[in-house]
Amino acid sequence: MATERYSFSLTTFSPSGKLVQLEYALAAVSGGAPSVGIIASNGVVIATENKHKSPLYEQHSVHRVEMIYNHIGMVYSGMGPDYRLLVKQARKIAQTYYLTYKEPIPVSQLVQRVATLMQEYTQSGGVRPFGVSLLICGWDNDRPYLYQSDPSGAYFAWKATAMGKNAVNGKTFLEKRYSEDLELDDAVHTAILTLKEGFEGKMTADNIEIGICDQNGFQRLDPASIKDYLASIP
Amino acid sequence: MSILAYNGGCVVAMRGKDCVAIATDHRFGIQAQTISTDFKKVFHIGPRMFLGLTGLQTDILTVRDRLMFRKNLYETRENREMCPKPFSAMMSSFLYEHRFGPYFIEPVVAGLDPKTMEPFICNMDLIGCPNAPDDFVVAGTCAEQLYGMCETLWKPDLEPDQLFEVIAQSIVNAFDRDAMSGWGATVYIIEKDKITERTLKTRMD
Repeated sequence: MATERYSFSLTTFSPSGKLVQLEYALAAVSGGAPSVGIIASNGVVIATENKHKSPLYEQHSVHRVEMIYNHIGMVYSGMGPDYRLLVKQARKIAQTYYLTYKEPIPVSQLVQRVATLMQEYTQSGGVRPFGVSLLICGWDNDRPYLYQSDPSGAYFAWKATAMGKNAVNGKTFLEKRYSEDLELDDAVHTAILTLKEGFEGKMTADNIEIGICDQNGFQRLDPASIKDYLASIP
Repeated sequence: MSILAYNGGCVVAMRGKDCVAIATDHRFGIQAQTISTDFKKVFHIGPRMFLGLTGLQTDILTVRDRLMFRKNLYETRENREMCPKPFSAMMSSFLYEHRFGPYFIEPVVAGLDPKTMEPFICNMDLIGCPNAPDDFVVAGTCAEQLYGMCETLWKPDLEPDQLFEVIAQSIVNAFDRDAMSGWGATVYIIEKDKITERTLKTRMD
């Protein structure tokens, strides 16, 4: 019967060896709001656009930058509802790790486990892959980390990267701008400038979100401090 | 009689200055009958980490194997050596997973943190309630005698050779007042760059 065809995983190989479901997922990501991440010498920054379709929306009610653990933060490009589930699971993974080892989870371990979760959604029955790519930033071993995790479950460590709409332009911009000995403040600047590439309309402290992570841990910047960064940009 | 005292045996661990010591007796018995006098209850489980287990012999071996399973998985997954602190936390949660059908053991962990070389000692009850003081920990059928000896002989900042003397005297004189423990003892001194194993000759009765 035709209805039994998808009783197992939706993500099945096409004759050419591709998983089209994953290509659709990546299309959802590259159509999503842009986000960037940059590693600095003394920390790491993640930033994203948070534009609303109508001025009637209440601002700062739904966040795109979220804290996972004291020293780990996350942002996404793609589908908001899917992201919420991943945030919930990532927090649970971090707390479970602490419960057994009484030690904060290493960033690499969190990324590996979140990526494994995303991979499971490509082989399980009754589910579809996540329509998001994640940027996970963190601080441990006295250094910053920045990872990207894709719907397929593949993950990469970056010095700086961009995802979502205009990701190609963003990456080209970062390749020109990036240097290893960037300070965290400069990295925030560069992140804002990268978002500004291809930003439609006026950028304000209310339509972007920034998270920073250094040895003191992760925090989402409040609109007031984002405003200060924007003020120093022509 | 408690199942924890069915086979007899004892373990003690002490902190010194930049070093730790852990000692075990050699007896394996079935109630009052001694079966063997070469059963060491302390296991070398990492470059600078030792695990001592007292209680029911079958559970000693099982718990040792199951903890090694978890520790090996951790080390391959994370590609780094497991420190004594997370190892103890992991053991605590492992034991509490069996809260209503526990392994009849009382564990002792002694080691140096691989990064900071900070001494670490810790013991637990059979359901994993952790205790990590900065002097000494004891376990086994002569735990009370061991407490008495340790409280009398131990002092802060003992050098490795002094620590050996203190722990050796403590365990020997403690288990000489207990029929379920004894029949020889082994002491391990763990230092930054050296581990010394010494076997003690004791009364065999």
